[in-house]
Amino acid sequence: MDRVKVAVIGPGNIGSDLMYKVMRSRNLEMALMAGIVDSEGIQRARSLGIRTSLEGVDAVVADDSVKIVFDATSARAHLRHAPLLKEAGKITLDLTPAAIGPYVVPSVNLSELHAEPNLNMVTCGGQATVPIVHAIRCVAGARYAEIVACIASKSAGPGTRQNIDEFTQTTARALTLVGGAKKGKAIIILNPAEPPIMMTNTVYVEVEDPDEKAIAAAVAARVKEIQEYVPGYQVRVPPIIDGHKVTTIIQVEGAGDFLPKYAGNLDIMTSAAVAAAERLAHKLLAEEVVA
Amino acid sequence: MSKTDFIHIVDSTLRDGSHAVSHQFTAEQYAAIAGGLDAAGIEYIEVSHGDGLAGSSFNYGWAALGDEEMLKEAASAIKRAKLTVLLIPGIGTQEELKLSADYGVRAVRVATHVTEADIGEQHIGLAKKLGMEACGFLMMCHMAPPEKVLEQAKLFESYGADWIYVADSAGAMLPEDVKARVGPVVEAVKVPVGFHAHNNLTVATANAVAALEAGATFLDGCCRGLGAGAGNTQTEALVAVLDKLGYRTGVDLYKIMDVAEEIVGPAMHRPQEVTSAPLMLGYAGVYSSFLLHTYRAAERFGLDPRDILVELGRRKMVGGQEDMIIDVAYQLAHT
Repeated sequence: MDRVKVAVIGPGNIGSDLMYKVMRSRNLEMALMAGIVDSEGIQRARSLGIRTSLEGVDAVVADDSVKIVFDATSARAHLRHAPLLKEAGKITLDLTPAAIGPYVVPSVNLSELHAEPNLNMVTCGGQATVPIVHAIRCVAGARYAEIVACIASKSAGPGTRQNIDEFTQTTARALTLVGGAKKGKAIIILNPAEPPIMMTNTVYVEVEDPDEKAIAAAVAARVKEIQEYVPGYQVRVPPIIDGHKVTTIIQVEGAGDFLPKYAGNLDIMTSAAVAAAERLAHKLLAEEVVA
Repeated sequence: MSKTDFIHIVDSTLRDGSHAVSHQFTAEQYAAIAGGLDAAGIEYIEVSHGDGLAGSSFNYGWAALGDEEMLKEAASAIKRAKLTVLLIPGIGTQEELKLSADYGVRAVRVATHVTEADIGEQHIGLAKKLGMEACGFLMMCHMAPPEKVLEQAKLFESYGADWIYVADSAGAMLPEDVKARVGPVVEAVKVPVGFHAHNNLTVATANAVAALEAGATFLDGCCRGLGAGAGNTQTEALVAVLDKLGYRTGVDLYKIMDVAEEIVGPAMHRPQEVTSAPLMLGYAGVYSSFLLHTYRAAERFGLDPRDILVELGRRKMVGGQEDMIIDVAYQLAHT
């Protein structure tokens, strides 16, 4: 076996985008798309020759060959799914705001988390900004990190809109828990401009040691790492130093797999989740060889 | 005057007005201004960082006092008025709203961009649970056609808002634009409707009167015309104008003039004048709070503030996107 079988629960926009990314992966196999109604997303998967089920999480639990599961449903559904998937021995990547398991940001902490049965993908703003905070913190220290994520209104679904506080609270926590800042704050803005704007993220860090060269080098190196799994991740404004304040502005253009290119906020979530799954798959396959 | 001759006044000197002093009002000033407004008969006294609860930040400027401290100072001086806060979902959260309730806050304005009312549903719901009056406050209304403003106002009403505000956050509207947006909302919703003006095109008071003529019964002001950009409608002038028009406000004209002159005046950092940059905000339709941040970026990057504002308008930036001032200045300086 040279590919690890994965399932996606929730055939909506995020689930469909995940499916296309998994189908391109070198070491993941798109084994199952699970939903609860015969939706457009289920039909799309079926037309691509992917096995589908309307039994939701039960179909995934029943399939022993599936090792990694992406949950792209809702926080409420995930709370029900998580224990069932854990009991069935699956590794779950949670793209909902439920945040049962630890936060994972691939370029920062994935290597520390491989044994966890449930990993949470934070938020789009977290995936876009935590790596920058972490890179700056490693060379300059971070007393405080504040981010402003601006996304196109069209890319914010009802789940995000009805729980906007979850975005700011979860992102702020990840800035400290994963990014390593002593304190964190997150702000989100929806902009309805037409044509839709690209996702932009402004990262402010109050550093201990404002070493301009070291900070610029650390951010540039981290951006390159992220571009390996999010090709549309770009620096708009490289780190500007004002006293102890460092300001960096990032733009995220989506890959346009299933979602439109302006939805970089959604693309960075699915890309990060697939990058995490690929890393986990690499480990699973290596263990299999040893065994 | 078919419906009512009483107009509810919301004074925002200690919220929108704080932009004009870069959020540096002192504890003594919060207490003195709130006490003066209360004694003059102002019904709603809004106290918050200029960008609402939890607005104190790198992005919007650090306030001299935290949310709780400023509310405590204001609350200690208020006897009759309703202490009011601003909450912009995406910046502040329900947590801060709960905290504010401990300081006797009796009303909250939940502010969203004119097309995004649905991100405020939870906050309106929580305000009602906390026993507060809840206002749905639509910002940057010049950017949307009247039918969009109406659709979003109805959403706020459906969430349980007790009153709805149409806000000209960029000070970009003319009286006809105000009537075109306020009128249909007044016709369609059952709750009272208010209007928040900015004076960037020097028509704040005229716009407030236009809103009245279209049926609005809540109006905003700031003493001395303080506020983001060229400032808001000047409270003491608004009270005088409303009096001449035959409306009652419950505000004592001499007393509010004295608050403006004797308490607010000495707290000001600069005259609230319509110089070229604030005029440009109104002309280009840019969020008024961007003004002082734009001056700083223009100095940092050696640019004309007007060029930055025009580009922000062209990019259709909305309220809260102060960070994009740096982006625009950087791009202009490097091309």
